Amino acid sequence: MLQDYLLEENLPHFWCAGCGSGIVLQSLLRNIDKQGWKREDTVVVTGIGCWGKADDYIKTNTFHGTHGRALAFSTGIKLANPDLHVFTLMGDGDGITIGGNHLIHAARRNIDLVAIMVNNLNYGMTGGQYSGTTPRDAITKTSPYGHIETGFDVCRVVQAAGGSFVARGTVYDVVQLNKLIEQAIAHKGFSFVEVISPCPTHFGRSNHMAAAVEMMRWIKEQTVPLARAASMSPQELEGKFVTGVFENSQREDYSTAYQRVVDRLKGEAG
Amino acid sequence: MENGMKQITIHRDWCKQCGICASFCPKKVLELVKGYPEAVRPEDCIGCMLCEMRCPDFAISVKTED
Repeated sequence: MLQDYLLEENLPHFWCAGCGSGIVLQSLLRNIDKQGWKREDTVVVTGIGCWGKADDYIKTNTFHGTHGRALAFSTGIKLANPDLHVFTLMGDGDGITIGGNHLIHAARRNIDLVAIMVNNLNYGMTGGQYSGTTPRDAITKTSPYGHIETGFDVCRVVQAAGGSFVARGTVYDVVQLNKLIEQAIAHKGFSFVEVISPCPTHFGRSNHMAAAVEMMRWIKEQTVPLARAASMSPQELEGKFVTGVFENSQREDYSTAYQRVVDRLKGEAG
Repeated sequence: MENGMKQITIHRDWCKQCGICASFCPKKVLELVKGYPEAVRPEDCIGCMLCEMRCPDFAISVKTED
């Protein structure tokens, strides 16, 4: 049951009305609940940011680290105890902007964990500044005349870096999101799920979508399933959120490779 | 709210009145009444659970009898 993993005594939660973080949290906890694990065998690691508050509402072991370093702490936890189920929750600020270097190296090393990056297209907690995923021309507190940079396609970054499961969903299509997180958990290796999520308070208000429902509708309209994207030009795909599974391949994960070396050296010594 | 097989419960203490549930209910079962969602057409509920899963505040539960 959801209640086995959700710390209900801490509700109502800290997130704004219409923030998508609670939708992702529900999907994640329902999926963890289905695994039939012991709670103490799971560790949820968070960084700083709105989504980084998620550990306040989860009844597993949790670790709340410094900004952008959630994956660094997760790597350490997984190396120290490879039997733990490690989940890393990051926002776009944590995951690809401040923590971008940790992201590409965790993907390259194929650390066996599930990383869920909630992408709300701006730094919500600090007041709506642009992040590494803010789309071109978007208005934020630090791009009042329209953002002149192009946001990262984070899934392409993680795929290029070596992530062995890479997917994108949205909080609008919550049925697909449930499946993506389920697949990420089942996958052995670095499993990355990016979730496009509304920040009505900052991104929405700055871009004429102050109501949560308007932001959800906008996300729905900007979403293009992977199969349909294949027949669209780069110009047509500008600013769209392509959803689906981009990578699902088998490659030896870090802990397995490490243990293989340990076993070999033990054999040589014995 | 009873609907034969489905029971829709709204937890007002947790609801932040974002309106996502009512706006995207495929059967228009939910409507905002004085800001809070209410199951105004519970007999039309098909138990798709979208309102519960899309509620950012854990404020809706839809019970279906198995």
